Amino acid sequence: MADRISVIRGILGEHGKLRIEPDDLDVTTNLYGAGLTSHASVNVMLALEDEFDVEFPERLLKRSTFESIANLSDALESLLADA
Amino acid sequence: MTPASPCPAELRVGTDLVSVSDVDDAIERFGDRYLRRVYTQRELDSCRMHDGWATWRLAARFAAKEATVKVLRPVDGIAYHSIEVVNDADGAPRIELSGGALARALDVGLHQLSLSVSHDGGIAVAMCAAMIGTHQ
Repeated sequence: MADRISVIRGILGEHGKLRIEPDDLDVTTNLYGAGLTSHASVNVMLALEDEFDVEFPERLLKRSTFESIANLSDALESLLADA
Repeated sequence: MTPASPCPAELRVGTDLVSVSDVDDAIERFGDRYLRRVYTQRELDSCRMHDGWATWRLAARFAAKEATVKVLRPVDGIAYHSIEVVNDADGAPRIELSGGALARALDVGLHQLSLSVSHDGGIAVAMCAAMIGTHQ
């Protein structure tokens, strides 16, 4: 879990274009409030798919999935469990 | 039993803007995966140039999809392809809904969906307006 969070932080740092350093974010911090845009969330999604070898299904393509590091981690956990 | 009152019609507006350079970056980093995940074949065909992509047009289409989502206010996820930007014979853009987006539109009683897009200075903007609910 800690590793997954760390990877998510790294991907947000590279693709999220946030105003705040991802390492300084609490896992429940609203990422949109930290500067995540709708288009940047696409890049984050694609990078997470590459990293974890998963594909976000339609049911997860909603704003709340990308709202926080915790939500992203939960989404990935569900995808990895289904794999 | 008293029949439920119809919901009065409500005007909803959604707006979104996208930096064209963000689209350029996404194509450079993710290539075809980004393009095919976000845009339909018709959208790609309308944005193809002889030497690459009209990324300002792609950015406008992405903004249109997001503006439409803001009108739909979905509870569930919506696939990018289920909101498609097409052009009328006179070139005017309009939205075609399918799949989850269409289902949501029917659920909320969406009608009279209109779209306007523009781009300048490296920014694409889209505004979507629709009537939601029933007329009284």
